Amino acid sequence: MSGVGLVIVSHSGKLADGVVEVAAQMAPDVAVRAAGGLPGGEIGTDYESVLAALEQADSGAGVVVLYDLGSAQMTAEMAVETLADPDTAVVLDAPLVEGAIAAAVAAQGGSDRSAVAEAARSAARHPEVADTADAAESTDTGTEEGTAAAAAPAGTSGGGARAEITLENEVGLHARPAALLTRSIADLDADVRISHGGTEADGKSVFSLMSLAARKGDTIVVSASGPQAEEAVQRITELAGRGFDE
Amino acid sequence: MGCDAGRVAEALRAGAATVAEHKAELIDLDRAIGDADHGENLDRGFAAIVSTLDSGVPETPGAVLKIAATTLISKVGGAAGPLYGTAFLRAATKLGDVSELDGAAIATGLRAALEGVVTRGKAEVGDATMVDALSPAVEAAERAQADGGDPAAVLSAAADAAKEGADSTVPLVARKGRASYLGERSVGHADPGATSTALLLRALAEVAR
Repeated sequence: MSGVGLVIVSHSGKLADGVVEVAAQMAPDVAVRAAGGLPGGEIGTDYESVLAALEQADSGAGVVVLYDLGSAQMTAEMAVETLADPDTAVVLDAPLVEGAIAAAVAAQGGSDRSAVAEAARSAARHPEVADTADAAESTDTGTEEGTAAAAAPAGTSGGGARAEITLENEVGLHARPAALLTRSIADLDADVRISHGGTEADGKSVFSLMSLAARKGDTIVVSASGPQAEEAVQRITELAGRGFDE
Repeated sequence: MGCDAGRVAEALRAGAATVAEHKAELIDLDRAIGDADHGENLDRGFAAIVSTLDSGVPETPGAVLKIAATTLISKVGGAAGPLYGTAFLRAATKLGDVSELDGAAIATGLRAALEGVVTRGKAEVGDATMVDALSPAVEAAERAQADGGDPAAVLSAAADAAKEGADSTVPLVARKGRASYLGERSVGHADPGATSTALLLRALAEVAR
């Protein structure tokens, strides 16, 4: 694996290890390294540990660094500045847990560093807030939206595709299945929307998908547009058909 | 009289002694508004500087300051490590390989240190941080050196201004670091970082005298 790596800098070794554990479950092939606590196990951030983690996480595609509190940011920035090439790593202001997961999933999908960083940053925007904004916007242009939605299923022009899927796996569209779904279509040139219960989510955003709160037995509507729309819908249908490999 | 590498090393030892002496006070200040680790962390860092200097003092003031920087960065776990580390590192870089520091060089070094701290911590005067001590200290040092002050006069002016600056943090609402989470409740406490900055400058000034 030569993708973007992640470093989690925390005042606590347990916290850093925990974030790495959760992120790694979502993105098994991504180098996610923890730099938490002081060497003796006390609370604090250790410059040398951060430097070591940066080196381990970098396989050539760069590293995204997330931190918990202010001095962790300073230690992280200091370590990055002293790298042979400081441009190989970027220290990001993003929510630690959500940002790490979003970044890990993006890195697993083969995104480059700026896309991984953007995934982490956008995890700060709560999905439900974004959805509300979208809903307000669509009220203004209600008729047009309706026409567009109705046109989508026909899906001949622009390569649109659509499918209705009933979730049969135990946990529904929870974190891990959501991550798998996102990963399954990450490399495709398609805009994928998943809707459930009147809410629409971006198929490439784990948090957006999780905000749908789709459970076992619920039906989700997958609609895609773009050159590889059909491939995207097919992959998601297959993934769901396998019960998200649970 | 200028300060050579030996004198700078001596000043750092005096700084270490001051930090050790005031460790409990710094811990108490930090317990009131932060995580109570400032005294402990700084003491560990300065003790490590002393033990490195025990095994040999490099030839230039800049090189001595660089030892202080790298040691603090790797030994101090809290915000003080990167902040003081950056301060010493910027001063060391600015001074280059001059063999003796006069009043002007000290003022220049302090200015570089302040700029480093501001870059690293993104704090301004009035945020209740070490910048509140260091910033007036730099201005006082620059005035003293413009008046032809020697290292002792420059550092003494800096120490006086830093003390005043540290005291000025008492009525402030902390806007950076752990204390900022307390909001209004941080009012009524001197900032530990500003206090340690004032103590260190006082120690350096005593040695230069």
